[in-house]
Amino acid sequence: MKTIFEKSHPGRSTAYLAAAGPDEKPVASLLPASALRTKPPGLPEVSELEIVRHFTELSHRTFSIDGNFYPLGSCTMKYNPKINEKIAALPGFAKLHPLQPEDTVQGLLEIMWSLERMLAEIAGMDVVTLQPAAGAQGELTGLLLIRSHHQENKQDQRKEILIPDSAHGTNPATATLSGYKTISVKSDARGGIDLEDLKSKLSERTAGMMITNPSTLGLFEENIQAIAELVHKAGGLVYMDGANMNAIQGRARPGDFGIDVMHFNLHKTFSTPHGGGGPGSGPVACKKFLEPYLPVPRIQKEGASFKFDFGQPKSIGKVKAFWGNIGMHIRAYTYIRFHGPEGVRRNAEHAVLNANYLMSLLKKRFKVAYPRLCMHEFVIDNTPYAKKTGVRTLDMAKRLLDYNFHPPTIYFPLIVHEAMMIEPTETENRETLDAFAAALLKIADEAKTDPEKVKTAPHTMPVKRLNEVKAAKEPIVRCYTCG
Amino acid sequence: MDYIQNTPADAADMLKSIGVGSIDDLFASIPEGVRLQRPLEIPPALPEQDLLSHLQSLAARNRTFDAGRCFLGAGAYNHFVPAVVDALFSRGEFLSAYTPYQAEASQGTLQHIFEFQTMICELTGMDVANASHYDGGTALEEAVAMAVDHTERRKVVISGGVNPQYRAVVKSLFKHLGATIIEVAQVRGTTPVATLKEAAQDAACIVMQNPNFLGGIEELAAVSEIAHAAGALSIASVNPVALALLKSPGECGCDIAVGEGQPLGIEMNFGGPWAGFIAAKKEFIRGMPGRIVGETVDAEGKRGFTLTLQAREQHIRREKASSNICTNQALMALRATIYLETLGPGGLRRVAEVCVQRSHELAAKLAKVQGVKIPFQYPFFHEFIAELPHPAQTLARLQEKGFLGGLHLQPVFRDLRDHVLLCCTERNSSADIDAFVAALAEAVK
Repeated sequence: MKTIFEKSHPGRSTAYLAAAGPDEKPVASLLPASALRTKPPGLPEVSELEIVRHFTELSHRTFSIDGNFYPLGSCTMKYNPKINEKIAALPGFAKLHPLQPEDTVQGLLEIMWSLERMLAEIAGMDVVTLQPAAGAQGELTGLLLIRSHHQENKQDQRKEILIPDSAHGTNPATATLSGYKTISVKSDARGGIDLEDLKSKLSERTAGMMITNPSTLGLFEENIQAIAELVHKAGGLVYMDGANMNAIQGRARPGDFGIDVMHFNLHKTFSTPHGGGGPGSGPVACKKFLEPYLPVPRIQKEGASFKFDFGQPKSIGKVKAFWGNIGMHIRAYTYIRFHGPEGVRRNAEHAVLNANYLMSLLKKRFKVAYPRLCMHEFVIDNTPYAKKTGVRTLDMAKRLLDYNFHPPTIYFPLIVHEAMMIEPTETENRETLDAFAAALLKIADEAKTDPEKVKTAPHTMPVKRLNEVKAAKEPIVRCYTCG
Repeated sequence: MDYIQNTPADAADMLKSIGVGSIDDLFASIPEGVRLQRPLEIPPALPEQDLLSHLQSLAARNRTFDAGRCFLGAGAYNHFVPAVVDALFSRGEFLSAYTPYQAEASQGTLQHIFEFQTMICELTGMDVANASHYDGGTALEEAVAMAVDHTERRKVVISGGVNPQYRAVVKSLFKHLGATIIEVAQVRGTTPVATLKEAAQDAACIVMQNPNFLGGIEELAAVSEIAHAAGALSIASVNPVALALLKSPGECGCDIAVGEGQPLGIEMNFGGPWAGFIAAKKEFIRGMPGRIVGETVDAEGKRGFTLTLQAREQHIRREKASSNICTNQALMALRATIYLETLGPGGLRRVAEVCVQRSHELAAKLAKVQGVKIPFQYPFFHEFIAELPHPAQTLARLQEKGFLGGLHLQPVFRDLRDHVLLCCTERNSSADIDAFVAALAEAVK
């Protein structure tokens, strides 16, 4: 379809704003000529109806949870309740200026204060900051807390962060951004952290370890207590990437199994919309001893009223302008209040039930990377198929689109070749899981009977398979037909 | 309460297929000692009707000011949002999609981001833009990181006219990395360009904001010359609405332009979610953080869009990535895209012109009020400084009369003790301005 710039027609812009009034002065009389641009920016000129049709057509070219099963591993693509959107859009929330006096935003500060406490309880931690804008920013915040702790204890030589080889790429990237060196720790044959390898890498240079639990393989780290103890003994702290909290909320708490600091992904566990890739929200929960370093401001309750407290001399400062992605906090608060303690726990239980059920349907034909009960997700290894038929995981993923399913996460975690990482979430029904499994099994047949069909998939999307090499080699990252 | 579809009968069948007896069995891998044996201590569930009432009552405990009576800016701007923005933004296809990793099934998301990148390039006069960033403050932090990497220098010069919140974000990160941050104080509303020359020696970058935090229009082109003469990069944080009128960072020789997209059809939301942007000259594209959408062709030669240059990113590069960011603000950038396409070049220019008009009208009218001074004469876009007796008390009185007055600058700008920063947008009519001036005249008596 055309870009909006190709639909532009001079003089057709929507009538928008009347003149400022009879006393309007020319801009040139108010601002210095040297500051003014002479060529207008090349924005399109289209009518409102054209805009509506343009974006409606774009929406039709977008897979979404509302339209499709979306079992993207590690992303927790669960249903985004409509009530959350309605509430976040209330003028009493959406229209607030971030610098309004505290006495005019008491309702919102109460939500933030309460959400902090609910997240602390779910995490088994003492305190929470809502400021980080997304999971990776939560990681950065967490590592800066760890760094501050070591600096205060004159342990500046601690410059290494241990990270399992199955971790999200954000973990090592965050370590670098925080001024740390990444030391990779191997996984063992069962998919857990290899304790011997861990022991050999711990030293007086260890600042801490970043763990994802359940791991990206969808497995609970069975030795978690021993791991935390080893890291603590070596003088390090344990950070947990909370990407997979959906599997354990209400059943186990990171603070109870040795974690010092962690982040939540509100857009995963608490169903704030993913929005085509953001906004996220990555609150950080930690133990009391790290509280002095949390970003400012903290929210304090005094009697019945709430206020911002900027007076934290040891704070790492601010990680984001203003106070966080508030609209996401409101949605997450709404979601948790809808569920209550029972509902939160049931979400974990049915996320794990759905994942294990789907695995039970697929394991007859596919190689499950670590064939034991999983948590909220599991990883299939398509290496046998790829060897036999030449059909790779990428091809199967593309072919799933023709069956109207969004493919799982592919080629991650990196330690499984031809990986397909499947997370169905708790909000899907059994019929959908059956239909997805049937489609994947049919594609496995097609890989043998008609491999070309799979290798050239998709066949029913608005575009055929795209040339990504060309996109990277000769990058065109903007339209040149505007202006 | 929950959104689970499995009935008890479904669950029993599914457990059978798995080969276990109960849901508890599925959690056997969690060591017994760390299983939570009690219900979470969080408030009980609320059915949707009660939930809505509860949240409505919390919303009612926040005070919203009439659009025309908000004269507070300082990094969050009260612009009119056309209805079409909300209508299209709330489509479930956009809301509930994820990152367009599967390009063929995500052409909608990819194309609207491509259009966003294009318009950010047009506004900033830059060659390339990313798919958006958390916010303006973190976008600036990333631009500084690009400059530090590119120049391999560890000194950052930043104007005191940059939003103090943004400066705080830059400091949080770079003080840990051992970089030196030199702040060049603003004087009477703008940054004294001559003082930058010395500071620029051995610097990775000079960071300016335009219009600056105090509304002042800076001499960006002169700053870029000073930066380049010292081998530093020139970085500008800009307001995208102002760019309808002002010379773009590209025209002023800047290397990187960043900013906050909130003024473009994004509600103030008490500070977030918004959408930052990062744009740069093309030679910096491989050092840019975050997602970038590119144009390509499909197997039949037809145009399509895909995420590109992913070799910069954390999921490929891991510890060697250009940033740790693993998202953008796609949904918020979508609002900005719809807004810009709805307004077009004429509409956006009109918004900017009315902002200039109204803020100058307010300044002129305030100058005539007994006890109020407009102390500094500098060119400004839609914010300016006024000097009042007892600012805190005056602002409180204005609030009683339903006005959200300006920002008292003293806590951050120590030399501006009795000064407030005021803002006008197209939402403040001349009648609103007259009412505000009258209320202020009363309040300072």
